[in-house]
Amino acid sequence: MAEVEETLKRIQGQKGVQGIIIVNSEGIPIKTTLDNSSTVQYAGLIHQLVMKARSTVRDIDPQNDLTFLRVRSKKNEIMIAPDKDYFLIVIQNPSD
Amino acid sequence: MLFAENLYVNFLLFINETIPRATMAPKKPTSGRSSTGSKGKGKSECHPDDVFPLVLTSATQELFGCRTDEDVTVESPHKLLKKDDIIHDIKTRAAVSDFSPVKQIVLDYPEEEILLVFDRDFTYGQSFYLVVTPEAKDRILSPPEPETPEVFENEVSETPHPKHWISFGSEQEIDDESVTETRKKALQYIKNTLNLMRKKFGRPVCFSDLNAADAKDSCVECASYKDSRFSIKQMQRDCGMQAVPRLQSSSAQTQWKFHKNVCTQYYPQELHEEEINSILQSESLMNFLSSATSRVLHALQQEEILNMLLDDWKALGTLAEAGDSKVSEDLMLHHAFTDQKYTKDKKVSSVNWHPTILGKVKSLREQSCLSEIDSLCICAFFFFLQLLLECPDDILAFEFCPSNPNIIVGGCVNGQVVLWDISAYITHLQGTQPGDKKGSKTPVVRYCAVSALESRHKAPITDVQWLPQTFEVTRKGVLVENMYNVSVQVVTCSPDCTVMIWDVRVPKPLNQSLSDRQQNVDQKTPITPYIVPETFKHLDRTWKPLLRVSVPKINTSGEYAPLKFSLEHYTSNSNTGRNSGLISFSATIFRIMSLNFYNVVLFMFLYWQDGEIVFTDWKLEKEGSGQYIAKPLLCFRMHHWFVNTIQRSPFFRDIILMTGGWNFAIWKEDVMEGPIVVSPSSEQKCTVGCWSLSRPAVFFIGKDDGSIEVWNLLENTSEPAHVHAHVTSAKITCIKPWTVSRKFFASLMHKPTASSHVTKYFELEEDRLKDYLKRNELWVKEKKKAEELKKKTVSCAF
Repeated sequence: MAEVEETLKRIQGQKGVQGIIIVNSEGIPIKTTLDNSSTVQYAGLIHQLVMKARSTVRDIDPQNDLTFLRVRSKKNEIMIAPDKDYFLIVIQNPSD
Repeated sequence: MLFAENLYVNFLLFINETIPRATMAPKKPTSGRSSTGSKGKGKSECHPDDVFPLVLTSATQELFGCRTDEDVTVESPHKLLKKDDIIHDIKTRAAVSDFSPVKQIVLDYPEEEILLVFDRDFTYGQSFYLVVTPEAKDRILSPPEPETPEVFENEVSETPHPKHWISFGSEQEIDDESVTETRKKALQYIKNTLNLMRKKFGRPVCFSDLNAADAKDSCVECASYKDSRFSIKQMQRDCGMQAVPRLQSSSAQTQWKFHKNVCTQYYPQELHEEEINSILQSESLMNFLSSATSRVLHALQQEEILNMLLDDWKALGTLAEAGDSKVSEDLMLHHAFTDQKYTKDKKVSSVNWHPTILGKVKSLREQSCLSEIDSLCICAFFFFLQLLLECPDDILAFEFCPSNPNIIVGGCVNGQVVLWDISAYITHLQGTQPGDKKGSKTPVVRYCAVSALESRHKAPITDVQWLPQTFEVTRKGVLVENMYNVSVQVVTCSPDCTVMIWDVRVPKPLNQSLSDRQQNVDQKTPITPYIVPETFKHLDRTWKPLLRVSVPKINTSGEYAPLKFSLEHYTSNSNTGRNSGLISFSATIFRIMSLNFYNVVLFMFLYWQDGEIVFTDWKLEKEGSGQYIAKPLLCFRMHHWFVNTIQRSPFFRDIILMTGGWNFAIWKEDVMEGPIVVSPSSEQKCTVGCWSLSRPAVFFIGKDDGSIEVWNLLENTSEPAHVHAHVTSAKITCIKPWTVSRKFFASLMHKPTASSHVTKYFELEEDRLKDYLKRNELWVKEKKKAEELKKKTVSCAF
């Protein structure tokens, strides 16, 4: 528990980080720093995206696997670190 | 009874058979009956017609040789008896004879021999039977079985002979059907009847055809006609019928509405507290975090360092794009200036921007057609008159002093040069609100100095310009550097073939008696009720040109008559370092060489007569008469008519735009064979041209009919990029672009970059131009005279 907190604090301490979400393999958020509605929205949508991205990578090369996904938009950037069971979503405002 | 039936049947049978049998038939029943009745044995009822059961005594048997089991046996039961013998026997023994019952039969029997058959088995009731008919006899004797072929052969040996034919009437039918000759043959008939000449008898006769219809009465026609008496009514008609089933097609379609959700409401899955806690403490999560965190931190740091997806080019260009998009090709009329009182009926000959006051001050000089009163120079600020500058005569050209914008020099039509000082009115110009000045009177500023009448141009001054502030011309005509960096000299040119240089400083060598000046002033004071600045008092009425230059023609004698000149100078980069006292300038006209920090001046003159362009250098030679002349180096005859504009491109120093006549040309300095670009001749005269200050390839051409053409060399060199037709109804006389100072634009723009300022500004000034023109139009509209339209010039600014 404390480790999780500590990790989150480390990430949160970086410049421009708006929020962090830990989501399990089904898309259900486990831990978050954002409000509930945003969390749920992010978790659901990004979960689908990660699944799609992962399947794309695997389809092209079965030996390959998705390690990191970055979605850059006008206002911010969403970084996703997927894993077998969970994935970590970090939303950051890119430096101007 | 039974016999009767049998006999009836026998009768019918007899008809089918041969005829002789029919005659015997009626007699049969009686004998049959009697014989069988007498005998009356059991099986006698079933015998056929053609056999007659008979009993023969032994005596008869011996007589006829048909003793049982001796003559006739089972194997050979048949015995043929002669008919005569039987008849004889009957006659001899009469009633005792066994053949008495069959007497008639025998008598009637046609053949000679009658068959007698030994009936061992008593099939017909008796031991013997007599075959009545010959056919039966034949049949019995020669049965179809091959067992008795002998008997058959006996019968076959008898050949059938034809019977006597009895007529039943069929021969009549045959006679009817048969075709016989009813008369003699025609030939015979003809020969007999047409017994003409004896000598022709026996000769061959030639027959020919004759159409029966041609000869009259040769044939009798019997046409067919419908006889009403005889008409067959069709009682029965064959018609076919077919049963057609009546079909009716119909279809049914069910709408398959599949179930779809009209609205769904869902809520997200959430884990329970305990689950979350357990997961948070699970080891897998720890492992995951440890692996993911490093990646995420790496990425975050990357972000922090550099935004690698930022498109620098795009980021740079956003503002410019916005600016460009706003800058349209259109010139928008921003302001049109007019004033009922002062600008009416006046020709606007020249326009200039005020260098410093927010760039919006325009002054225009008007030349009244009527020349009743001294024409006035009007400074218009924003929309209305701010100042009136009085001048002794009509002004054709004027310019603000570049170093001191409050000094204005103007050239009159009578050849004089006029100076104004409007420094007293600067605040007035600057601080004015648009609404204030409507009612009050416009202040009039009188000129502070005017050149001496004796030393004026002999012709109207067509162009006046301040010498750039870094230059100075000495008395000897040598170009020196201006120490004070203040424009102090004015160059004027006029069609009297002279170019004069005037100095506004106090002339040192000139010793004007104060008394004279004072006298002049005193004389002037009653005329001028206004306060005249004392700035150029030293020059007033005594101003003489510093230098007078004439430009002789190259090949022929005489002098060129300049209409406009162009002073261009190049400022070197290192402006700070100055080498005092040294001048050097380009040796040739074609190449502008700026040596280090020296400026080079090139003069070009426009000549009005034949549209000649003369390039000359500022190298003055002194002639014998004491007048300086500038030898022209090159002369071009370019335009067919007046050349009225000559201007260098603000971006490219060696590109010069010249307009005149019906076309314009762009020259490059190094290329002296001719202009590098010559426009096609247009329908209207090109009256004025100027480069765009913001876009290098764009310039504006004003036309005689009041239209402005925007030319963009990058797009098209054969036609204008945009034509603003009929901006005004009169001729465009002057176009002057202007750039705005930074200070002004800071309020308008977000980022004070010069280029964008200029762009935006250009738009604004174009707007103003439009307004000007609109106002001019209004002026013109108020006039009615058609010839004035020709004369009217519109001055357009910027």
